[in-house]
Amino acid sequence: MATRAVITLPAAVKAGEAFEVRTTVAHAMETGYRSSDEGARLLRDLVRRFECRLDGELVFAANLFAAISANPYLAFWLRAGKSGELSFVWHGDNGFEHRETRPLTVA
Amino acid sequence: MRSAWLLLAVALLAHAEERRSGRDTMSPALRTLQADDAQHPAQLALAMGREQWAAGAKSCASCHGELEKLRGAAARYPAWDQGLVDLPGRIQRCRVRHQQQPAWAAEAEPLLALAALVAQQSRGLPLQPPRGPELDKAAAQGQRLYTTRIGALNLSCAQCHDERAGQRLGGSLIPQGHVDDYPVYRLEWQSLGSLQRRLRGCLSGVRAKVWDWDSGELLALELYLARRSAGMAMQAPGVRP
Repeated sequence: MATRAVITLPAAVKAGEAFEVRTTVAHAMETGYRSSDEGARLLRDLVRRFECRLDGELVFAANLFAAISANPYLAFWLRAGKSGELSFVWHGDNGFEHRETRPLTVA
Repeated sequence: MRSAWLLLAVALLAHAEERRSGRDTMSPALRTLQADDAQHPAQLALAMGREQWAAGAKSCASCHGELEKLRGAAARYPAWDQGLVDLPGRIQRCRVRHQQQPAWAAEAEPLLALAALVAQQSRGLPLQPPRGPELDKAAAQGQRLYTTRIGALNLSCAQCHDERAGQRLGGSLIPQGHVDDYPVYRLEWQSLGSLQRRLRGCLSGVRAKVWDWDSGELLALELYLARRSAGMAMQAPGVRP
């Protein structure tokens, strides 16, 4: 199954005005503390780091840990002076990496 | 005599008003989670469902066309088609008969995603499970199951969800057991799940033998529950704690 992410941006963004970005990525966020129905330990599998960049400049980042739910949902506020490209990346255990980009149009 | 009828009418009305969807008993934060599409934890599944809807040469879209055309379809299940069939069951049949693909396993991610997507199209519409001689028979069986004590705890569905609805079991509120929001994203499951999964959870909760997926018992109970919730507005996919 392909990895999926949903990113919600406001339709119109004004220069210098804060806007909300909402992101979620499909990931099990297995803590490593659980057992399967058969009793075997489920290996830890977490998203470790999320980064959001605007034209390459880091504007938001988060470290994620075992207490965060499956399909981690992050909402944060940004302010932009000009249009550009927002890029999102999630890194995790077992080489997990998912990238998305969204154009940002500032009026 | 007249006042007796009036009393009865008032009592029936009061009873009708007492019906309360599970979503209205949740915390404001959870209600927002369900009401706001940009926060809904099932949004990933819905995106997957839309992909699945259009996937392949013989896709769902190639027969059904626009997704919006299925508005109201989910409100009319379980139905009778050479046997009882619920919404995920209908999707499975479509997949096997018309798409010539192997059926998915119960609770497979794409199956739940499609069921949630189809159910979402009926948002705001009242549940209208169909009627018919076979369906009436199955619903009667469902009602019997609903009121029969089972399991090591010797409890029937009705004892909790009719007689003790609104009270607490441990820290959790006992809901009236309405089925207006299925499939639901349950935070405890960290995923979408069907009504059958919910019912099987209750069965193992009372330490009863858990009925097989798509068994006659589960489907009959689903049908009875749909009739019990008939007329309530669907807001699928739901969010539940």
